[in-house]
Amino acid sequence: MFERRRIERTPGGDIRLRLPRDERALLRSLPGQLRRLLVEAPEDPSLERLFPPAYDDAESEAEYRGLMGDELLEGRRRALRVIEETLDEDRLTKEQAEAWLTALNDLRLVLGTRLDVTDDMLLERLRPDDPDAFEISLYAYLSWLQEQLVEALAHDFRT
Amino acid sequence: MTTLAPAEVEVEQPREADEVEHDRPWIVIVWNDPINLMSYVTLVFQKLFGYDLAKATKLMLQVHNEGKAVVSSGTREKAEYDVARLHAHGLWATMRQD
Repeated sequence: MFERRRIERTPGGDIRLRLPRDERALLRSLPGQLRRLLVEAPEDPSLERLFPPAYDDAESEAEYRGLMGDELLEGRRRALRVIEETLDEDRLTKEQAEAWLTALNDLRLVLGTRLDVTDDMLLERLRPDDPDAFEISLYAYLSWLQEQLVEALAHDFRT
Repeated sequence: MTTLAPAEVEVEQPREADEVEHDRPWIVIVWNDPINLMSYVTLVFQKLFGYDLAKATKLMLQVHNEGKAVVSSGTREKAEYDVARLHAHGLWATMRQD
């Protein structure tokens, strides 16, 4: 009964953001943290899911990494920049919303890997004294936002 | 003549085998993972491959229920392009020759 959607599609096709100030502040703090991790600790295990291998054999995989690695990294950094630059907006273009989708998903992939998410029962782990309580809540919040964003964008891909 | 025939076959065979090897398509596999949202995976399949909602949903459910699904196939170059786009969207994708 308290739920109020944060992200909606407008009749005109834009994406409307209705984020309370404290949620905007929370979201503002996240892209920088992921960017720092990407730059300062690219081997951090929590980043594994952002760069999965394409090939089984090491030689082809090294080639793929050499060819695509920079572009994949730059795409992620671009999406993080868009979220930072548009956080105070009330409306997003479709392109900006797609960047949000990428960035929210990347944040969830890193958080989910760190929390060792193995099923959909994550919230059952949530206890006040759990040291991961904040990250579990954050993961759930980002999932809720992403679900709304997917719904708002799905219209454009409906065929 | 009869002695030449087997020699011809021997020369032909490896080349044919090479061609078959080269023609075998590459397949792109998406693996199940507990983090990506089902609705998001469906959307990515629609966006990247132009699949309609029914086909994208079917593939997503196959990934979810069976652990993996082949989502595209073709030349090695095409498969690598598709894998890279799936990786850019955070999906766990790999490729191999069928």
